[in-house]
Amino acid sequence: MWRLLVRWFHQLASPPYFYRFAGRVAPWFGVVGGLLIVAGAYGGLALAPADYQQGDGFRIIYVHVPSAYLSMMAYVVMASAAFVGFVWRIKLAHAVAVSAAPIGASFTFLALVTGMLWGKPMWGTYWQWADARLVSELVLLFLYFGYMALRAAFEERDKADRASALLAVVGVVNVPIIHYSVIWWSTLHQGPSISKLDAPSIDASMLVPLLLMIFGHTFLFVYVLFERLKGEVLLRERQARWVRKLVGTTA
Amino acid sequence: MTALGQVIARDLKVAFRRPGEMLNPVVFFAVAASLFPLAMTPELSQLRDVGIAVLWVSALLSSLLALDGLFRTDAEDGSLEQLILSPVNLGTVVVAKMTAHWLTSALPLVVVAPLVALAFYLPQAAVVTGVLALLLATPTLSVLGAIGAALTVSLHRGGSLLGLLVLPLATPVLIFGARAMDLSLGGESPAGPLLFLAALLALAMSLGPVAVAAALRVSLE
Repeated sequence: MWRLLVRWFHQLASPPYFYRFAGRVAPWFGVVGGLLIVAGAYGGLALAPADYQQGDGFRIIYVHVPSAYLSMMAYVVMASAAFVGFVWRIKLAHAVAVSAAPIGASFTFLALVTGMLWGKPMWGTYWQWADARLVSELVLLFLYFGYMALRAAFEERDKADRASALLAVVGVVNVPIIHYSVIWWSTLHQGPSISKLDAPSIDASMLVPLLLMIFGHTFLFVYVLFERLKGEVLLRERQARWVRKLVGTTA
Repeated sequence: MTALGQVIARDLKVAFRRPGEMLNPVVFFAVAASLFPLAMTPELSQLRDVGIAVLWVSALLSSLLALDGLFRTDAEDGSLEQLILSPVNLGTVVVAKMTAHWLTSALPLVVVAPLVALAFYLPQAAVVTGVLALLLATPTLSVLGAIGAALTVSLHRGGSLLGLLVLPLATPVLIFGARAMDLSLGGESPAGPLLFLAALLALAMSLGPVAVAAALRVSLE
């Protein structure tokens, strides 16, 4: 059993095998993610009662919390893949890192936008510097931009892979430091209404849809990751025979 | 003389041959900081409020200015390749180069910083804390910057990219450095943030050279 698993893992690193595997698996993640999100959205927007303090405004957490969680999760995925690619020189791992970055940046952006939209009625302003989570999401967005800009600056893919992998690993060591230093900084400049989101207890009718949304978004992330990976693998292997056969050009 | 000392001595010699270039970041620091009062009402209370922020942000930006040259000239004339090929551990070479870089670009900044701080009417206690904080913070900035410089050394236009790579990583240094001065300004003990800066320095000094060495190998392979 174990040896089969190891063999399968090695096979997975071969681009044509992985391409077929991703093609088979991705739709399932898409379907399950879609169903979970529809169910979570219905539960969150229609079934859950309005918050006694925040009214209907709190409902944005059904998008905000999953996005914020995935913005960090995607960075961890990206950095882990980059590390694996850097150390063991597995090209597919680099492809995972490359594909995860724009998704992570998008979730970060979404978390920022939904956080700001929530902030307008709650704080009376779109941007609250004193909120540590918003500020550290912003720094995270800059880290993603740096990663993607560094990649784009190299012409050789191999060098771009290795250089950006190092940056991702350096970044992931720094993310907790940045996060906690920003939290520490914000507790010194605390605004009045920061911890509204940190409700001491959350009712099940609100929590269940939130969990559904978190799982749904995670599945969506995996789905998009696989779809992007398929494109990335094709791009990287465009000289290989199996790709030429696949797209129907013979040379 | 050990390899460490030799590389430091060589880099210092090269730097002192072009004193103008060496002083550019410090001059930039002074110019940038003195532009702020011109963009606002130069009253004592207001200047004091922004002085710390101006000092730290200007220091961060001017440290970027010196970074691009850290490995570039050596990479262009081929001496960096020789250093990589030499039997000496690349991490040692990196530490030596960063030390020389800190001595020539960051130390002058630490010397000039009190003048800038006094120009913003900061009291003596805050100025002293500022010098201490800068002494602890600038080596960390050198390490972070060296990672960025090593990653971009093979790019023709790496300079503009450097800021984007390094500045987000430097946020903790900025936060703790400014906070230490803030505490002194309010008459409190700045020990906490200073210790944080020292911890960041220890982390940067222990893990940083490994990352820089790996980045150099990637860039020049």
